[in-house]
Amino acid sequence: MDKAMELVKSFGLPRLIITLFLLALFVIAPFAGINVASSVTDVLGRFGQNAIMVLAMVPMIHSGCGLNFGLPLGIISGLLGATLAIETGIQGPVSFLLAILYSTPFALIFGWGYGKLLNRVKGSEMMIATYVGFSSVAFMSIMWLILPYHSPTMVWGYTGQGLRTTISTEGFYYHILRDTLNLRIGNLSISFGEIIFFALFAFIIWAFLHTKTGTAMTAVGSNPVFARASGINIDKQRTLSVIMSTWLGALGILCYQQGYGFVQLYQGPMYMAMPAVSAILIGGASVNKANITNVIIGTILYQGIVSMTPSVMNSLIHTDMSEVLRIIVSNGMILYALTRKTGASR
Amino acid sequence: MSEMTNTLLEMQNVSKEYNGNPVLKDVNFTLKEGEVLGLVGENGAGKSTLMNILFGMDVIQQTGGYGGKVLIDGKEVKFASPLDALKAGIGMVHQEFSLLPGFTAAENILLNREPENKSVLSLVFGDRANTIDRKELQKEAIAAITKLGVELDPDMLVSEMPVGHKQFTEISREISKSAIRLLVLDEPTAVLTEKEADMLLKAIKNLANQGIAVIFITHRLQEILDVCNKVIVMRDGRIIRELDAASTSIPEMAKLMVGREVSTDKPKAESDGRTISDKIVLSVKNLWVDMPGETVRDVNIEVRDGEILGIGGLAGQGKLGIPNGIMGLFPAGGKVVLNGSEIPLNNPRACLDSSLAFVSEDRRGVGLLLDESLEWNIAFPAMQIQNKFLKNYLGGLIKWRDQDAIREVTQKYINQLQIKCTSSLQKAKELSGGNQQKICLAKAFALEPKLLFVSEPTRGIDIGAKALVLQALREYNKKHGVTIVMISSELEELRQICDRIAIITDGSVSGILPAERPSEEFGILMVGKSKKEAM
Repeated sequence: MDKAMELVKSFGLPRLIITLFLLALFVIAPFAGINVASSVTDVLGRFGQNAIMVLAMVPMIHSGCGLNFGLPLGIISGLLGATLAIETGIQGPVSFLLAILYSTPFALIFGWGYGKLLNRVKGSEMMIATYVGFSSVAFMSIMWLILPYHSPTMVWGYTGQGLRTTISTEGFYYHILRDTLNLRIGNLSISFGEIIFFALFAFIIWAFLHTKTGTAMTAVGSNPVFARASGINIDKQRTLSVIMSTWLGALGILCYQQGYGFVQLYQGPMYMAMPAVSAILIGGASVNKANITNVIIGTILYQGIVSMTPSVMNSLIHTDMSEVLRIIVSNGMILYALTRKTGASR
Repeated sequence: MSEMTNTLLEMQNVSKEYNGNPVLKDVNFTLKEGEVLGLVGENGAGKSTLMNILFGMDVIQQTGGYGGKVLIDGKEVKFASPLDALKAGIGMVHQEFSLLPGFTAAENILLNREPENKSVLSLVFGDRANTIDRKELQKEAIAAITKLGVELDPDMLVSEMPVGHKQFTEISREISKSAIRLLVLDEPTAVLTEKEADMLLKAIKNLANQGIAVIFITHRLQEILDVCNKVIVMRDGRIIRELDAASTSIPEMAKLMVGREVSTDKPKAESDGRTISDKIVLSVKNLWVDMPGETVRDVNIEVRDGEILGIGGLAGQGKLGIPNGIMGLFPAGGKVVLNGSEIPLNNPRACLDSSLAFVSEDRRGVGLLLDESLEWNIAFPAMQIQNKFLKNYLGGLIKWRDQDAIREVTQKYINQLQIKCTSSLQKAKELSGGNQQKICLAKAFALEPKLLFVSEPTRGIDIGAKALVLQALREYNKKHGVTIVMISSELEELRQICDRIAIITDGSVSGILPAERPSEEFGILMVGKSKKEAM
C-alpha cells in the first residue's frame, strides 16, 4: 500500500486523474459509436502539431525564467517566416525550409530583446511575459495590414493589400511532415514524419542540457546566487534560454501550420501560450523544473483530453461541452501548478 | 541611584537545550528594582536565548521549553507568550526597529493602545468604531518621552527621523506601558552616533532612578562601565562571572568574555611540521565593501604563503564583508593582489580564474544548489571554471558533461570527508547542516585553489561535525600547502586552527596577533574603540 502511495506521489495526483480520465474516454468511446482508431490518429496528429510549442517551454523553465507565457512572440516570428516564405511564391517542401530560415532571424532578435526585458524584472517574469505576448500580438495586428505583402494567396482580394486573417498553406507546405513516412492501418494513421521532426528537436534540447552551457543554465534556474558565485553570467544564460524558447516557438507554429493547414494571423497567436503551458504542467513539470518526458507525456495527455472529450461527450449527452472542458482543464492546470512550487524531479 | 530594596527578577538554575545541544547551563542571577544590569558575551554565548526565555518567546516552547525557574517578585512565572511577559511589566527593545514609518512618534508610541472617545457610531458598531482621542494621545506620548528624559518631537514622522530618534521612540513605547518594571535593551547603541548613545545612556540612568530595572546588552564595554550597577559575563551558555561594575575594568571583562586559555605557546606551524614562507600570496589594500550589515571600510591585510589566517571580530563589524567583497559578490573597491598580479574586483569569474575559492557563510543561499544532486553541487564550479569533468566532441565545439568523472570525484570527497548521504545522487537539501557544509568544502576543494576563503564554516552545525570540518581544513592546508583564510565569529575556533588572527572592528583591521597570544588581547581588540581607553 505504501509503495502504491509512493508511486502515485511520484507520478503526481493530477497527472494520474487526467490519465485515468483519458483512459476512461477511450474505453467509453466504442460504446458512444466512435471509432477508436481514428481517435488515436487524431490525438497523434495533434501531438505532432503541438509538441514543439510545448518543448519551447523547457529552456526558459531551466534558466529560472518561469513558464513561457510570451510564446506568442515566438509564434509571431514564425508567422513572419511563414508569410515571407509564401510571398516568395516558391512551392513544395522548399517553402517549409524557407519559412524556418526566414523566421530564425526574427526569433533571434525578438528573443534577445524579450530576454533583456525579463532580466530587468526578475521575480515577476511570468506576468511580464504574458503581457509581452499580448502586446506583441496587438502590435502585429496593425503590422499585418501595413506590411507590403503582395502574394495573391495572402492579401485581401478586394483591396489588394493587407494580409487575410487565415491563409491556406495548401500548395506550400500543407501536411509536409504529416504525409512523410505515414503508416496506415485501416482507420489508424501514424505520421512518423512529424514524430521524427519533434524527436530531432527534443534530442537537441536534451543534448544541450547535458553540455557545459546547458548545465550552467540549469544551475542559474536552480539557484542564481550559487551560479553567480561560481562565475556564471546569469543574465547571459537567461537571455540565451529566452532566445532558444522563442526560436522553438517559431518552429512550433510552422509545424502546427503544416498539420492544421492554415496560417492564422491577427488574434490567432493571442492565447496559444495557454495550451502549451498547460500541457507541460500536466506532463509533471513545475515552474522551475521540466524535462523532455514532461513534454511528451503532457502533450499526449492534454491533446488527448482536448480531442477525445468533445467527440465522446457530444455523442453521449448531445451538448457541446468541449470548449468548456478544454478551458477548465487548461486554466485549472495552470492555476494548480502555479500554487505549488515543487514538482518534477530529474 | 534610588534605594534598591525589592528583588524584582530572579533566575534559578535556568538551562536550555536545542536538539540535545545545551545552550544555557545553570544560569542564576537576581535583579533589583531600579538596578541596571549589563550583559556581555560573544555572539552565541547565550544572551539572546536567555532573553527569549525571560520574554516567553515562541521559539522556546517550540523547542521543548527550558529548565529551572524564573521568579518575579519571588513568585515563579512561566510565560506562554510575549503578551504574558508584557502584562507582567517586562518590555523589550530589539535591535531591529518595529515602527510604522508613515506614523508620527506619538502614534507609534501608543499604537494599538490609543486613548479613545466614544462616538455615535460606537453605539451601533461597538468599540471598534471609537475615535482616537488625539489630545490625550499627545499627552500620554509626551509623558512617556519625558519619563525617558530625551528630546523627541512627538509629531515627527518615523520615516523622517534619524536612527537615534527611532530608537528613542521604540523605548518610549515600552515605557509608556503603565506597568513597565523591567526593560530589556538588546544592543540599543549599536546603530547610534556617539552623541545619541550618550543621550540614551543618560536616559537609562533616568529610568533606573524611577525604579525601573534595566537589562542592557551591548558589545561596547565602556558603556557598561558608564551606566551599569553590575555586569554578567556569559560564555558558552554559562554565567562566567558576576562583576560589580564599579570595580571592574574593560580588560577584565574582555578576558572573561573570550574565555579559556589555550595551553600551546609554540607557533602552530612548528608543532605540526608545516612550512610557512615569508612570501606574501595575497595582499589587500584599502579594501571597502558595501555588504549590508557587514560594511568593510578600509582593510589592509597581507596573507603569507601556506598559512591559515583567521579573521575574527564581533558580528556586524565587517569581517564577513572581506571575502564576499574580494570574491565579487558585493560591490567593493580597493586593491587586491594575488601572487603579484592584481585581481579585478566585482567580477566573481576573474577571482575564480585566478585560483581563489570561497566557501560562503550562507550555505543554503549561496553555497548550494539545494534542489540538485550532490554530484552537481561538487562538480559544478570546477566544470564551469576549469572545464573539468567534460568530454569534448567535434574539436571542443560540444562540451559534454562527463557523468562518470563527476560521480568519481563526488565519491572521492564523500569518502574523504565522511559525508553521510544515501548516494551521490541525493539532493543537497536532504542533508544535515554539517554534511551540507562538507559539500561546500568539497566544492571548493574540487577547484584545487591556491588560496581558499572559508567563511563561518561551523555556523549552525553540531559539535561533532564542527570538529570534522576544522580537521578537514587543517589537513587540506597541510597536505596541499593551500593558504586558507578563515573567517569565524568564534575566537576559540580560530585559535585552534589558525596561525595568525586578524581582528576586524568597525570595518577595518584593529590588530593581527599570533594565535598563541592570550585571549584577553584578542578581546580588547574586538571591543576596538575602547582599546585606547583600556590601555
